[in-house]
Amino acid sequence: MKLFKIAILLTASILYAAASSWACEFKNKVPVNSLSNAFEAFKVVTAASAECGNYKAELDIDFKNKQPAAMAANPSQYTIGGISNSTIVPLLDGNLIRPLDQLVAKYGSSLTESQKIRIDGKIMAIAMMVNAQHWFFRTDVLGKLGIEVPTTYKEVLEAAKKIKKAGIVDYPLGATFKAGWNLGEEFINMYLGTGGMLVDAKNKPAFNNAKGVATLEMMKKLTRYMDPEYLLSDSTYVQKQFQQGKIAMANLWASRAGNIDDPKESKVIGLIDYAAAPAFKAGGAPATTLWWDGFTIARNISDKEAEAGFRVMMAGIDHKVLAANPDAAIWLSSKPIESRMAKGAVASAQGGAPSYPASAVTSIVHTQAGQKIVDYLTGKKSAKTALADMEAAYLVTAKESGYVK
Amino acid sequence: MKTKTFLIFVIPSLVMMLVFIAVPLGISIVQSFQNTQNVLIKKEQKKCDPFGCQKVISTIPLLDEMGKPVTKTKWVGWENYKTLLEPDRVSQAFSEEGGGFSELLGIDFYKAFRFTITFTLLTLPMVIIVGLILALAVNSIHRRYRGPVIFITLLPFVITPVIGALSIKWLFIGDGILTATIEAMTNSDIAVFSNPLAVEALVLFFRVWHTAPFVFVILYAGLQTLNFDSLEAAIIDGASRWERLRYIIVPHIMPLIVFVSLIHLMDAYRVFDEIIGFGAEAHVMSLQWLTFDFLMPDDTGNRSIGRASASAMLTMVGIIILLIPVLRRTWKEQR
Repeated sequence: MKLFKIAILLTASILYAAASSWACEFKNKVPVNSLSNAFEAFKVVTAASAECGNYKAELDIDFKNKQPAAMAANPSQYTIGGISNSTIVPLLDGNLIRPLDQLVAKYGSSLTESQKIRIDGKIMAIAMMVNAQHWFFRTDVLGKLGIEVPTTYKEVLEAAKKIKKAGIVDYPLGATFKAGWNLGEEFINMYLGTGGMLVDAKNKPAFNNAKGVATLEMMKKLTRYMDPEYLLSDSTYVQKQFQQGKIAMANLWASRAGNIDDPKESKVIGLIDYAAAPAFKAGGAPATTLWWDGFTIARNISDKEAEAGFRVMMAGIDHKVLAANPDAAIWLSSKPIESRMAKGAVASAQGGAPSYPASAVTSIVHTQAGQKIVDYLTGKKSAKTALADMEAAYLVTAKESGYVK
Repeated sequence: MKTKTFLIFVIPSLVMMLVFIAVPLGISIVQSFQNTQNVLIKKEQKKCDPFGCQKVISTIPLLDEMGKPVTKTKWVGWENYKTLLEPDRVSQAFSEEGGGFSELLGIDFYKAFRFTITFTLLTLPMVIIVGLILALAVNSIHRRYRGPVIFITLLPFVITPVIGALSIKWLFIGDGILTATIEAMTNSDIAVFSNPLAVEALVLFFRVWHTAPFVFVILYAGLQTLNFDSLEAAIIDGASRWERLRYIIVPHIMPLIVFVSLIHLMDAYRVFDEIIGFGAEAHVMSLQWLTFDFLMPDDTGNRSIGRASASAMLTMVGIIILLIPVLRRTWKEQR
């Protein structure tokens, strides 16, 4: 029996050693914690940071509701905040995060310039990955029907029509049209693809025009080729649709590419390829926006905790960690990390897709778009009425918060 | 009872009610007449990210000497209520070129109000009837099997509403078991969650399924106190089952039915869990959900506290109005 127990312990320790072959290079002695989103990239990085010890990661998809209040507390509830270009705005506006220039000078030598997020010259955050919604498609379906990879939404509609006629997959298209944040994001992506502006210099709404109507009409045309429950479809839903072989094409987040090839869940391994997001019309930029995710350090904490938190965070985004997980995200790192996943996002960026215009005012447009477009898509309102409602709702919220006089 | 003893027993409850109910209610009322904003300034900023550097003119909060955003609170009177109820748009909807009711229902508050009223008034009779049928049925089962049957009947009430709603949603969404079975039987393609009427029906059904056991338990208890003499007399007089139900049983348990209606009206008007559980906010919204939505910050932390307070106040006023008939009846009975 004793021999058996020793054998078990030996096997377990060998496996454990193999699993944690990357070890944090410094022993952290100051208790620090973080709050971030819960998708794969943050799981990878926070697990690596945890190797340094005395670190507790909280992964929560509702992090953006908690962060501003938690970090406004004195002392802040979290040392480190995981953020995106959009969710950093309330922390910047509330003056809740600290400049990292000194810490970067001391510990951040491995950071590239593009990872340093600067506001008026001060480094306010470190970016670890970029993300964008780009075109995913089934190579076998398009190949079988002799369809070229679509570069404009007109070509997308033509391709979808052919795929629907052939009946190979349940639905030609998938999309993250879930009412709320996802639908708002789709509107903004498409609308910016038409070349329009969301608000003018005085923060007055600038989307209730022909470009807005064209955007809505294109979105509606696309829904005809989707699963009729598209108003419930978020990125997990579309990912599963791809995995189960139900759809042929979709504009999906690059960070989901790794999951689609998951051998435990996917029926379409190796059959998906990526391309730039289609443009609204020929000659235009891909109709998508570029995002980054990364970390910030709270202001309302001691300098010792800030320093420990920064070092722990840097350990989490160490090149070895990222290289060991090349499919978890499109990483930003001192040395390039090869990943097939980056293809679509890189192509979109090179095609001229804009970065998401993160600001308090854009958030208001985003929220209103996510709610007010639903009635147009279900046929209850005309495009003009939906845009007028969106404009009215935007003005109410913007005036209430003081962004519009 | 001596006054002092009375006070010692009552004061803890009074204090708790004051702190947890009266004071927050008062604050909410005051907040519904105010508006708190950050003081904002326009500043040109140079922003650099992985995609390059840009010069943008941002509207950002002004900071005080301590580095905190400066806020100012204004008394705005009925402003918050006006933005909720939109009287201008309402009168425009009912004017000559207006769209009438369909345009009225385009305004969030009235859309939520319509659903909440329909939900409350439709589920009330259904819940009472189903509860009564269950109580009568269980009452006629042999004594030996009553225990287990009561236990099973109570189960829907025990399940947390959000979990229950999620489970039922998964039965129907996309290719859920029930949808797939119906599709196989009728050889058609059904998308339950793309149909607003189906979603509303599902939400209603769930509430009835969840609350009927509560009504059942209360009415079943009432049935135990039935006077068998009057029932026997009725049978001898040749009364049918239906007549016995209508003239003896129901009047006997009427106070319980009134009590159950009171509770149900208050609860159903505040419907929220089902909307979240079913993800139904794309199609229907309730007043409570609207208040919640105003309180939810968007990506940049904007919250509409003034409008949320106003919405909460209007919801409370609605419940009070709805309860007046039931309360009057209870009041009359007490006399």
